[in-house]
Amino acid sequence: MSLLDHTLEELHQMLVNKETTSEQIMEEVFRRIEETDEQVGAFLTVTKEEAMEKARQMDKEGIDENNVLSGLPIGIKDNIVTKGVLTTAASKMLEDFVPIYNATVMDKLEAAGMISVGKLNMDEFAMGGSTENSAFKITRNPWDLNKVPGGSSGGSAAAVAAGQVPVSLGTDTGGSIRQPAAYTGLVGMKPTYGRVSRYGLIAFGSSLDQIGPITRTVKDNALVLNAISGEDEKDSTTHPGEAPDFTEGIGESVKGLRIGFPKEYVNEDVIDPGIVKAVRAAIAKYREMGAIVEQVSLPHSDYAIASYYILASAEAASNLQRFDGIRYGYRAEDAKTLEELYVKTRSEGFGDEVKRRIMLGTYSLSSGFIDEHFVKAAQVRTLIRQDFEKVFENYDMILAPVTTTTAFNIGGRIEDPLAMYLADLMTVSVNLAGVPALSVPCGFSNGLPVGMQLIGKHFDEKTLYRAAYAFEQATDHHKQKADLNGGEAK
Amino acid sequence: MSTGITEEQVREIARLAKLEFEDKELPVFADELENIVEMVEKLEQVNTKNVPGTYHGIVLDSVMREDKAEEGTDRDELFSNVKETEEGFIKVPAMIDNGEAGA
Repeated sequence: MSLLDHTLEELHQMLVNKETTSEQIMEEVFRRIEETDEQVGAFLTVTKEEAMEKARQMDKEGIDENNVLSGLPIGIKDNIVTKGVLTTAASKMLEDFVPIYNATVMDKLEAAGMISVGKLNMDEFAMGGSTENSAFKITRNPWDLNKVPGGSSGGSAAAVAAGQVPVSLGTDTGGSIRQPAAYTGLVGMKPTYGRVSRYGLIAFGSSLDQIGPITRTVKDNALVLNAISGEDEKDSTTHPGEAPDFTEGIGESVKGLRIGFPKEYVNEDVIDPGIVKAVRAAIAKYREMGAIVEQVSLPHSDYAIASYYILASAEAASNLQRFDGIRYGYRAEDAKTLEELYVKTRSEGFGDEVKRRIMLGTYSLSSGFIDEHFVKAAQVRTLIRQDFEKVFENYDMILAPVTTTTAFNIGGRIEDPLAMYLADLMTVSVNLAGVPALSVPCGFSNGLPVGMQLIGKHFDEKTLYRAAYAFEQATDHHKQKADLNGGEAK
Repeated sequence: MSTGITEEQVREIARLAKLEFEDKELPVFADELENIVEMVEKLEQVNTKNVPGTYHGIVLDSVMREDKAEEGTDRDELFSNVKETEEGFIKVPAMIDNGEAGA
């Protein structure tokens, strides 16, 4: 058994009891990365020296008994800026960008004593669902190396699933934490919009983006969300006041909990029967534990993808204007005029998918189409949000599948952007509505992990953790581990 | 309404977005964009009369802070990712194309 098979709480206890040291834990992280990352390809940058130095320092100063995360390792998605450490968003545009400041989440993790061990691969600027849009490398799913790990936080998921780190941070604009977590058998939280500061997150869709943890267990996830949440004067969209302790409801029964199951999300024409089966088994388990699960309706679900791709792309087209070759990042050579510099820099620096989104967004915002596209999409977004609000008048939580299939083959969808978009069917509504959703392992289909998502009321992540923990304790899906040697899942 | 996005339209959107494509890329992009636009035009089916738009993740009032001076970031540090500088300024090519490239 590797040190890294322990939960964060167990590792903390071992540090407090002096059964291990932070340095030993880091050594194990880097040994594991060296051993497996040639196959998996999760990391873009490994910060071994800095991490080892910090760990030794932490051991010398003594582990803080009251701080469960102190001295423990974490991996960071590469669209979160890290002071002095290369931050690329997996784009040629930022291939040499070394930020001079930290994202707020990095300062918060540091304050909690967590040690970043490196930066993780992703789809370029978080646009994609397979991590194949990275300008630098392919990341493979530790459960089956021929499959994608999902995306855009594919590196974040693969690193945890491969046992390289116990936890990572991802970001989720339309499912980019939950879908890779589902594809790799992990727990992934997309917090309520405003729960976690976006300061220092390289913006994609500013009204949709959130940072959240990917972990093996539910409690680990809540502990990390505790550390990164809260109001931030550098992000005016953060929720005012102190965030609650997300572990508080953990261990409480789900008896009497009212769960809605949207009928729109069981269409077997669109969703793999194996996934529907696993999710139905989860529903049966919740009923067995005393929860009330009833069918509900989210009537505008059919329009979520369309609304999402217009709004997210419009926001992206606007956000990505800043990449112009002037102040940082890639700069095209031999441009004769400023205009030429902009155009060449952007045409050479952005990959195809990013260009596609910028083009769609620009089109939707251009005169003649703005009412028909952008304004219409924003109105439909209101209806989608109201669908959720209506269900939450009578239910504490919604339970749904995360994905339409299990992890697909590398190269399987990359030629068909539309098919890739349509697969986001059940994740994008959550971002449009701004509500929190937790992806939780709920079984296997053909040897590959299946995830369900628990969707909550605004700022009610606590109920999601409570319900997910109860399910986790009643099942052993989370105890299954990817076998990198190519064997069957045990 | 169906779209039928033309190569000319792709070129015009690209101009607005400050991107350029090779001629052989234009038809591919026109097709892809057309497929996507057709998909999103499904929204026409939804009755949105009198529905206000949602443009933010959550409902928020304007957030104000006290108007007081704070220490800024050091200029050299700010310039650490700039490719070309001269006497404390960022160096760029000619702003106006007056026909004398490099002027």
